[in-house]
Amino acid sequence: MFNVVMQLSLLFISLSMLGLIYRLIKGPSVPDRVVALDAIGINLVAIIAIVSIILRTSAFLEVILLIGILAFIGTVAFSKYLEKGVIIESDRDL
Amino acid sequence: MSLLHLAILSPLLLAIAIPLLHKYFRQIHTGWFVLPLPIVLFTYFLQYISLTRDGSSIIKTIAWIPSLDINFSAKIDGLGLLFALLITGIGSLVVLYSIYYLSKDKEKLNTFYVYMLLFMGAMLGVVLSDNLIVLYTFWELTSFSSFLLIGYWYHREESRYGAQKSMLITVFGGLAMLGGFLLLYIMTGTFSITEMIGRSGEIFTHSLFVPALLCILLGAFTKSAQFPFHIWLPDAMEAPTPVSAYLHSATMVKAGIYVVARFSPIFAEHSLWLWLVAGVGIVTLFWGSFSAVKQTDLKAILAFSTVSQLGMIMSLLGVGAAAIHFEELDNSYFTVAVTAAVFHLINHATFKGSLFMVVGIIDHETGTRDIRRLGGLINLMPISFTLALVGAFSMAGLPPFNGFLSKEMFFTGMLRVMEMNIFKLDTWSALFPIIAWIGSIFTFVYSMIIVFKTFAGKYQPEKLDRKPHEAPLGMLIPPLVLASLVIIFGVLPNILSETLIAPAMTSILPGLAFDVRISFWHGPTPELFMTLGVVILGTILYLTLAKWQSVYGLLPDKLALNRLYDKGLEKAQYGSFRLTSTYMNGYIRTYLVYIFAFFTIVVGTTLFVKNAFAIDASDVSPIRFYEAILVLVVAISAVSILFAKSRLTSIIVLGAIGYTVSLLFVVFRAPDLALTQLVIETVSVSLFLLCFYHLPEISRTEERIRFKLTNAVISIGVGAIVTMIALSAHSTKLFESIAEYYVENTYEEAAGKNMVNVILVDFRGFDTMFEITVLGIAALGIFTMIKLRLARRKEG
Repeated sequence: MFNVVMQLSLLFISLSMLGLIYRLIKGPSVPDRVVALDAIGINLVAIIAIVSIILRTSAFLEVILLIGILAFIGTVAFSKYLEKGVIIESDRDL
Repeated sequence: MSLLHLAILSPLLLAIAIPLLHKYFRQIHTGWFVLPLPIVLFTYFLQYISLTRDGSSIIKTIAWIPSLDINFSAKIDGLGLLFALLITGIGSLVVLYSIYYLSKDKEKLNTFYVYMLLFMGAMLGVVLSDNLIVLYTFWELTSFSSFLLIGYWYHREESRYGAQKSMLITVFGGLAMLGGFLLLYIMTGTFSITEMIGRSGEIFTHSLFVPALLCILLGAFTKSAQFPFHIWLPDAMEAPTPVSAYLHSATMVKAGIYVVARFSPIFAEHSLWLWLVAGVGIVTLFWGSFSAVKQTDLKAILAFSTVSQLGMIMSLLGVGAAAIHFEELDNSYFTVAVTAAVFHLINHATFKGSLFMVVGIIDHETGTRDIRRLGGLINLMPISFTLALVGAFSMAGLPPFNGFLSKEMFFTGMLRVMEMNIFKLDTWSALFPIIAWIGSIFTFVYSMIIVFKTFAGKYQPEKLDRKPHEAPLGMLIPPLVLASLVIIFGVLPNILSETLIAPAMTSILPGLAFDVRISFWHGPTPELFMTLGVVILGTILYLTLAKWQSVYGLLPDKLALNRLYDKGLEKAQYGSFRLTSTYMNGYIRTYLVYIFAFFTIVVGTTLFVKNAFAIDASDVSPIRFYEAILVLVVAISAVSILFAKSRLTSIIVLGAIGYTVSLLFVVFRAPDLALTQLVIETVSVSLFLLCFYHLPEISRTEERIRFKLTNAVISIGVGAIVTMIALSAHSTKLFESIAEYYVENTYEEAAGKNMVNVILVDFRGFDTMFEITVLGIAALGIFTMIKLRLARRKEG
């Protein structure tokens, strides 16, 4: 029973991934895609958590944390880029 | 190392010392230091006559590369000794001549004598080597030193052209000859010529016999300037005259003759050898003497005459080889041709050497070699005139000079060709004496031109650059020696027959009986009447030269061999340029098309031919639905990149692929990989964004990738092939994985529980070290590329 629930949740998350991929490809604007990417990152966290439960291992917990950080950094970097055109501002031009 | 080896190598050793001698003894002409060596060598070789006259020989061997059967074995027999005496004897005279010919102050004497000694040593090595590879080594050294000598006045365009031409042609032949030598080695398993001659019957029945024969003949023909490879010799006349006298009349061009004579015992059993050597020789004889008549430069006449005389010797060797071929006949019937060949070889070296020296004197004293500007020098240069007369009359084949004797014997040999109807083509063999006779007529004509156009006729001082007078004595001595030899050999031919000719013939025709008495008077034979005819017709032709010389205009310029060579070289250059520019177009996409197409075709064909496709599903784990979905996500994203409109979309979708792959790593239980993949993917996506941002405005326009059928076909092909390889590789597992070892020993041996990390830093830490190095290099490289702006600094 437990296992079936896990598999079902995986299925649903995968379906939501597909929807996000659709949005990622379709666009239409760049911010749409960035948000889709961010959401994909969070979905990844969920998938990895469920897979860890299915596999009965704690080896992937670091991956979950890492994705959380990376998704945040990535989205911030994208947003900054879309807003200002640069990601790392320098005071003077080298 | 025996004395014999030292003798062969001594010119090369002296060549090392020459620049020093030249530098520290400025006031003495460098040639004086060179002169004693060939004289000493000549006397040294003379003492071997007593050894070779009863047909014996000696071989001295020192090991060079024994594991490859390559040893420096020097052999002295009749043939080698004859050539060695020619090389050292004429070498001494030429060095003496060059001392007076080349100015001490104006010329670079050190390089000249270094090249000259290099050549002399190489030539001695060629004729005295018994090992084929050593022979080939010295052979190439002669080509090389000849190249240097022809280009001695390297600031002149024609010298460089002549040097390049002779290099290309002789090295081409030399390489062919190396091929022939290697074939001989394959047949016999030895590089020793003596052993090969002993096993000639075995070689004769081998399937590689004919290719070896053709390759070696190609080498001999190019070196000896046989038709159609004779074209380099006239252009080699740009060399200083002592060089022309030494290399291009007496020694180097006879290296091919030497090879033909040396290999006759091996190859002459085959009729192809007979007809090729005799046929090419006779054509060369005719073409050389025919072309010589139209030349106006004295050295060009002599060059073509050398070509013609070499053809004559070559054809005689071919005819003489019949003695080996027809063993059932009376042997001495054809051996007369070999006698004539060896005899004429000596004669030609004497009279052609002296003629070249005389021409050098004329050039030196008048400033020109053009026969249209010369004339009437008989009173001004009486000694030179006498020398020229002796040489030219001997060349024309007039009594009492030695050329007469060899020409008579030449006719005898040619007449006997008619009786060997190998292919039952009696009419064809009748051509031999006829062509030989016509060629001799032209020989007579150009010999007369050399003497009488230069010395007789009207003296035209206004056309000459300086006032001519007789040459210094030192310059006259060498041609005097040679001319007196011409007369001595003419009057007393039999002083040569026992000492030099018979031993040389023993080497060419081993195991045959022959008679080498050279008689001055044969009686009223057909040969005598042929000579008479040559003199009469030749005189008529010479006197009416102006009337029929327009014949030479008939041959269209396009068919001239020189033009063919020039055009061929030009076309080859242009053609290879065109060929290269068709496929090397500078676009990476084209090269990628080659690489991937080649990969697909080769791997696909190999798999297909070897029938290596295999699909075995027994070992496949069940597919879970989330795996299927992830793979589907990757596939859809990958395809959608191809149809993305903007580059930004491509980058983001690529990132999505990377993250999905890391998810796959999770599903397939590889936490370390998943971690790394996530971080790396993030970094590389941001690097892509960086690149995107810095694109020039113009290429930022949003545009889809254009569809190209070739690219599509190739990409689908590559994908299909790689998929098939993966499937086949998975289906054919030949042995068990070694992973079990790591599972058992990770904690036991390496004190770690994370197997991936233990493998990375412990079991296979070397790989990791160099991966770190790669990253270090990449980081340094990026830093350098950004910081080091040499071009900009130069501008600023």
